[in-house]
Amino acid sequence: MPGEKPVDLADRRALVHLPGLGGPTGPAYDPRLGDVDEWGRSERVRQQVRRLYDPVYRKLFRVEWEGLEKIPKGPALLVANHAAAIPSDAPVIMHGIEEELGRPIYGLADHFFRQLPVLGTLWSRAGGVVAHPDNAYRLLREQRQLVLVFPEGTKGSSKTYAERYRLRRFGRGGFVEIAMRSGVPVVPIAVVGAEESMPTLTTIPALARLLGLPYFPITANMLLFGPAGLLMYLPAKFKLRVLDPVYFDVPPDQPRYSRSRVMEEAEGIRQRIQEALYDMLSRRQSVWRG
Amino acid sequence: MGKRVLVTGLGTFWGGRVAQALERDPDIEVIVGLDTTEPSVELDRTEFVRADENYSILARLVKAARIDTILHTFLVVDSTEVSPRVLHESNVIGTMNLLAAASASGSTVRSLIVKSSTHVYGSNPEDPVWFTEETRRSRPPRTLVESSLLEVEGYLRDFAADRADVSVTVLRFSNVLGPDIVTPLACALELPMVPCIAGYDPRLQFVHEDDVVRSMLFALEHDVPGVFNVAGDGLLPWSEVARMCGKRLFPLPPIGTGLAARALKLARTCDLPPEALEVLRHGRGVDTRQLRRHGFRYDYTSAGAVEHFWQAVRLRETVGEVEPIYRYERDVEAFFRHSPAVVRDEAP
Repeated sequence: MPGEKPVDLADRRALVHLPGLGGPTGPAYDPRLGDVDEWGRSERVRQQVRRLYDPVYRKLFRVEWEGLEKIPKGPALLVANHAAAIPSDAPVIMHGIEEELGRPIYGLADHFFRQLPVLGTLWSRAGGVVAHPDNAYRLLREQRQLVLVFPEGTKGSSKTYAERYRLRRFGRGGFVEIAMRSGVPVVPIAVVGAEESMPTLTTIPALARLLGLPYFPITANMLLFGPAGLLMYLPAKFKLRVLDPVYFDVPPDQPRYSRSRVMEEAEGIRQRIQEALYDMLSRRQSVWRG
Repeated sequence: MGKRVLVTGLGTFWGGRVAQALERDPDIEVIVGLDTTEPSVELDRTEFVRADENYSILARLVKAARIDTILHTFLVVDSTEVSPRVLHESNVIGTMNLLAAASASGSTVRSLIVKSSTHVYGSNPEDPVWFTEETRRSRPPRTLVESSLLEVEGYLRDFAADRADVSVTVLRFSNVLGPDIVTPLACALELPMVPCIAGYDPRLQFVHEDDVVRSMLFALEHDVPGVFNVAGDGLLPWSEVARMCGKRLFPLPPIGTGLAARALKLARTCDLPPEALEVLRHGRGVDTRQLRRHGFRYDYTSAGAVEHFWQAVRLRETVGEVEPIYRYERDVEAFFRHSPAVVRDEAP
């Protein structure tokens, strides 16, 4: 009967086994061989990627940061504007944060990446995580990490060159709700340069449907370099400005947050990034030299 | 008064294991085992009753033996074991009969513990890294095992809602590994080269066979109604699992994987069912904190389960099968249990 005597689970271990086998070694013992964490990120792979990517970051894009010190010491949700047919902003931000601050960062993205053979695995080893609210909550609230997300999603990266630096709708403000529930600030980042690194001239929706892609772009890079244009970015000068973190004065772990408040905050963050972009663009002398 | 327990699926690996463990507990007064096949392990005091595959005699049995606890270990979670028809018959119809027996008028059943599987979550690209018991699956089920388990869990939910006096525990087990259990993934790991899906390196979670049995006994002793994930700590990339077993990977094509798996089956190497192929593409992790909160502790992590499994394989490769082969003989069992000629220790 429950409660009458303490349960001795050790007793139960004497189940029939091959004789002479090593028994349980306890949960503390872990005979793992690799360093892939629960999110699929591997520090070893990340190091390799950083080594290979560093010339792109320093020589091609000549990245300049402004206000990096505004990123809090604890967990935070970084949000930025999204651009380029094959987005160049995500690797730049992730590389920059890891190099400059020496902290790991996880990038949330559409589950589309996870479906791709080879690339999906690499994406995950390099710190990509499927944008699921549970994943974001666990990373931010329980593991106190830095997480990057692009609220525009593919609406941002699929827009054509004619619409450059005009921010799209920030989804339904899901990122604000996640930050509120996790009790972390949102840190907006304005990125200049990504739009010109791989400008989309037009998209072919019929081909996208056929191939099961979110969009099928025809980029300036493709016209210049042919199929290699899928991998080659134009040497646009990157400038990133970290804006003041937004703290929400609400208790974490609520089942629900006010819809209107969430939308209002999301729109406010979108406007601040938009204004910062206009400010940075008005000061820019040249697309290539900054 | 001790518990009077009915174990379904006594002839299967799990039924036999659970019955063996129950026999060691003096608090368990009566153990009755039900199955279509004879038990494959030696049992001291468990009474075996033969049933047809949809358990039509259950109601009579429950009433006659005044069963108060049912351990339902006989949900098929591996479609390579039986034909699709039998799978549906024993999972869905079997469980319906079980629930009918448990809710018949005058039923003494107070507790029902069901061994289900984390296959109910599926494995899709949209999935979170960790499924909690409340997370809904991302896409509708595609395989027979998944849909039949979902149907069964639906009946159990309704039953638990209707019968507040019966405590229903559903344990969802992740991929089981261990020295003795044979599963499609264990079979894959024993091949000279381990099949994988080219371009995918999913992260998998494992639970040790002993932890499976212990968690069922834990549920029996502690009366924890609800649904619980049961799995070892940590997620391991499939490539790392193969490496822990000292194997190289054998890539199957990412398109037409089902056909390639059929070819493997025809070559009599290994039968990878569709539900295993899904996991080998996108992996699956489940949050196990719910059961821990009630005080359950695991003996093995995911990696620990893999290691223990592999130690046993190595030993088997060297010395061969060492377990004695047991054959159930009705007359012999009846003699030892019931004949006045046998001197039995007095029950404490």
